[in-house]
Amino acid sequence: MSEASVSTSLPMVHADCVSKSFGSNKVLRSISLTVNRGEVLCIVGPSGSGKSTFLRCINHLERVDAGRLAVEGQLVGYRQKGDKLYELKPKEAAFQRRDIGMVFQRFNLFPHLTAVENIIQAPMRVKRMSKSAATARARELLERVGLGDKADYYPAHLSGGQQQRVAIARALAMDPKLMLFDEPTSALDPELVGEVLDVMKELAASGMTMIVVTHEMGFAREVADSLVFMDGGVVVEAGAPGEILGNPQHDRTKAFLSKVL
Amino acid sequence: MSTPAEHHQSAPQIAQGTEHAQGAAIKAIPLRHPWRVIIAVVLVAFIAIFVADASQRADYGWADVGKYIFDKRISQAALITLELTVYSMVIAIVLGLLLAIMRLSPNPVVKGIAWLYLWLFRGTPVYVQLVFWGIVSLIYPVLTIGIPFGTPWVSIPNDVFHNLFVTAIIGLALNEAAYMSEIVRAGLLSVDEGQEEASRALAMSWGQTMRYVVVPQAMKIIIPPTGNEVISMLKTTSLVAAIPLSIDLYGVSRGISAVTFTPVPLLIVASLWYLLFTSVLMVGQHFIEKRFSRGTGRRKADKEPDGGGGTTTAVAGTPLGAPTLGGQLTGTDFGGKR
Ligand SMILES: Nc1ncnc2c1ncn2[C@@H]1O[C@H](COP(=O)(O)OP(=O)(O)OP(=O)(O)O)[C@@H](O)[C@H]1O
Ligand SMILES: [Mg+2]
Repeated sequence: MSEASVSTSLPMVHADCVSKSFGSNKVLRSISLTVNRGEVLCIVGPSGSGKSTFLRCINHLERVDAGRLAVEGQLVGYRQKGDKLYELKPKEAAFQRRDIGMVFQRFNLFPHLTAVENIIQAPMRVKRMSKSAATARARELLERVGLGDKADYYPAHLSGGQQQRVAIARALAMDPKLMLFDEPTSALDPELVGEVLDVMKELAASGMTMIVVTHEMGFAREVADSLVFMDGGVVVEAGAPGEILGNPQHDRTKAFLSKVL
Repeated sequence: MSTPAEHHQSAPQIAQGTEHAQGAAIKAIPLRHPWRVIIAVVLVAFIAIFVADASQRADYGWADVGKYIFDKRISQAALITLELTVYSMVIAIVLGLLLAIMRLSPNPVVKGIAWLYLWLFRGTPVYVQLVFWGIVSLIYPVLTIGIPFGTPWVSIPNDVFHNLFVTAIIGLALNEAAYMSEIVRAGLLSVDEGQEEASRALAMSWGQTMRYVVVPQAMKIIIPPTGNEVISMLKTTSLVAAIPLSIDLYGVSRGISAVTFTPVPLLIVASLWYLLFTSVLMVGQHFIEKRFSRGTGRRKADKEPDGGGGTTTAVAGTPLGAPTLGGQLTGTDFGGKR
């Protein structure tokens, strides 16, 4: 925490040769990339290319097998002492996650709680915020995602787009420095995609650092500062979204884009 | 959909309905179910004959039923039966939760111990287990702490099992815990993995995730079968005769009939009490189930915090003695569930 002044100059996320296997299945092979503060990175790629796995590594829902992954200069999931790495205790890993919000393809709202109750859980349990303060903040966030009137609805009574916006508000309630989105609009009916993307655009404009796995090329082109194309666990191509989408260099990128564009 | 208000008012008159152009209620001859009627009539006739016959059969001793149903000894014994049920179920639920979590543990030793427990206590009859707990203080007269086969450091007389009431609770609870652990485990497994993941991503600890996210959702799955277990336990308490404990409802009614030589009326008395309790439990279960299915219905239903005070207030207004309870006469020593 004493490095606060230094950390402003550090990249938000820095991956250096990150690899990850499930058994003999090598899902990530030496991924290297950097996301700076306030940037939006979009990750695209075919199914099974390891996009979700990479996102989950960033907040240590999966553990990295090889390479270095750091958020604001702090190793994710490990502590370095000398040249030795020590695995973090669950408590310490949880502490690292406080600053990283995550939004899932299938929303994963808590179905037994109303929208506002979904949002106040983590601030109350993790940050020990008072219920009234957390609720006031939750209502502000719901207002921000355009759902001020849906605070007391259960997820089952909200549309997919509304649920995903509640999920975004729930992640924002922890005041994250980094937001991870794993195909946030893939489970939505086409006419509901826009309302979620609008919230994400507003968030990007407000200066949030974001990593977004998506198939929405229009969003990537408009909002992303950089774009990464992944296939088979490697970064095939990375750069400005306009360049990659307009003038892909690799055959695999071309083949993929011809299918989704 | 230009239906004016009077159509709504005429809706109940479907059968005699008047002809309207659009949006009129459908007028059709309802499907007839002649066999349903015939079978129902036959069954009701049989029951009527049985009741009429029973009412004048001497063996039933209806006068004695009336005499003993509110006998102080019987009502006190009924209280003992309730206590046995409540205490053993509470212990069984706590132990069952522990065993369920152990079985889901990544540690194979912990998992194995839970499995062994289940194998042993579910694999032997509860009656036999109760007999065993009844004589365990003879097998282990003193409990010792020390090096095995060496001189003990501490030895305490095994007094716990001299109290037969406590012994009965332990015996019933240990058996029931095996069943409860399976129920709890099924409940925990029914909660979508994404829930735990979302909770962890919000930096909540494993304990918080369990307490605030997983367990509340698992409750919906856990409660209905647990209600069944409570009802089942109420009747299984009659097996404490194996310990032998005879201060429970069935034990006392058996004791009275041994003196008066009128077994049937006292069986009826005991059964009526068991029926009363199971009926109340069924009503309570209904309300608890409703409480824990929040957020699942289509309607924006019962948001109010505690759903109106649960079991006790609910009892009065609801019809008791649903038909499913019929025929579960409690009584003989070997008549319990397992
Ligand atoms: N927990 C796990 N255990 C074993 N294998 C896994 C696990 N999670 C992911 N995998 C495997 O890792 C590979 C990459 O999965 P991942 O979910 O990261 O792909 P993805 O790029 O997100 O695909 P999609 O677009 O379908 O979401 C797949 O082959 C998948 O089967
Ligand atoms: Mg994925």
